[in-house]
Amino acid sequence: MSNSRALRNVPVLITILVAFMLMIVPLPTGVEAFRPDWLTLVLIFWVMTVPRSYSVGIAWSLGIVLDVAQGTMLGQHALALCVIVYVTVKFHLLMRVFPLSQLTATVFALLALYQFLLFWMNGVAGVSAPAVDYWGPVVTGTFVWPILSTFLSGMRYRVQTRG
Amino acid sequence: MVGSHSSSNPARIPALGFRALALVVLSILLMWLDHRENHLDAVRRAIGAAVYPIQIVVDAPARLWGWAREISTSKNQLRLENSRLRTEALITRGRTQELAALKAENDRLRAMLDAREQVRGEVRVAEIMAVDANPYRHNIVLDVGSSDGVYDGQAIVDASGVVGQVIETGLTTSQAILISDPDHTLPVVVNRNGLRTVAFGTGKYDRLDLPFLANNADIRPGDLLVTSGLGGAFPSGYPVAVVETVTRIPQESFADVTAVPAAALDQVREIMLIWTSTHQGSGDDE
Repeated sequence: MSNSRALRNVPVLITILVAFMLMIVPLPTGVEAFRPDWLTLVLIFWVMTVPRSYSVGIAWSLGIVLDVAQGTMLGQHALALCVIVYVTVKFHLLMRVFPLSQLTATVFALLALYQFLLFWMNGVAGVSAPAVDYWGPVVTGTFVWPILSTFLSGMRYRVQTRG
Repeated sequence: MVGSHSSSNPARIPALGFRALALVVLSILLMWLDHRENHLDAVRRAIGAAVYPIQIVVDAPARLWGWAREISTSKNQLRLENSRLRTEALITRGRTQELAALKAENDRLRAMLDAREQVRGEVRVAEIMAVDANPYRHNIVLDVGSSDGVYDGQAIVDASGVVGQVIETGLTTSQAILISDPDHTLPVVVNRNGLRTVAFGTGKYDRLDLPFLANNADIRPGDLLVTSGLGGAFPSGYPVAVVETVTRIPQESFADVTAVPAAALDQVREIMLIWTSTHQGSGDDE
């Protein structure tokens, strides 16, 4: 059982790892501001699907690692991810029955909340940034979501049938 | 199968709210410790070391590409580049000689005028160890620290212009802010006519803003901005940026002026730290 559970976790962990790599891969300066929040998107999907195994704890740890990798204040991304995942777990049953259009709108709201939290914390700490740097990822993330969730759904099927 | 899986996921997950709240409080505590007190460098370094392999993997394609390009450069191209560099070196050497003569002449003239001697200060080359990946901040980490005599506010330049200044010194490393950081401002003068103003970072590596120039100010694209030395941190006369656009809107009292930094801020690897005369003494003491 534990072996099969470990096996079940493999696709999830791989997608999270890939998402993390996409978050830190260096991009040209013009494109940088429009990098979708891959890690947030992937986390939203898996938390929505298997909220028992993946919830606030793992989101917080990943946030801390992201803080180190991106050089932000230690705890900034951790807090934002933690809140997003908490909301997702709270509404995961609802989000599962949403049609894709409605789900995408929900993801847009979650991404906006995420960026707002980061913006807020930056404001409190006195770090300034142009506003477009916050909105870019929200827009691109929303556009990426339908494709990403279709791709991950294929993977979820494999995760669940193997389990 | 699928049904049994979702039934093993009841809507309520025990103590979720409590856990989330605890983690949020912990995050705030961490941020406070990190931002206000800088106590967490060891933690940061430990996690950074754990993430390092991932970073290597992520950097691999770019490095592979660079390597492949180097390999595929033809012998002919190399020869061309070699001869170009030779010519450049020759010209530079010639200029250096000229400079030495000019400096001697300048010293003589200054002595004649009984002016205070302008101390250029000591210079030391350092390497950039890390760059902040956060797109909102332009910070770098240098491989020298207070044990090398580095002090807060010290000026950093590269071969073509001003890069930034030190904001925090550790024992063997130090953090520096680039002039393009949105929180950085730098007193400059227009080299052509001595017009004083202030250059603001914008968060973009290839742009500085000069918001405090009157609409009728004598400034035009192509003007070289150099440090004025008025802020105290930078010695005067180092090139900072070249004015790119000047937009004058009739109703506004200030012109909209942007400039391109002289140093390639996103490409530098080796930089130079400058010890100005006032800090020379303290540097020697250590």
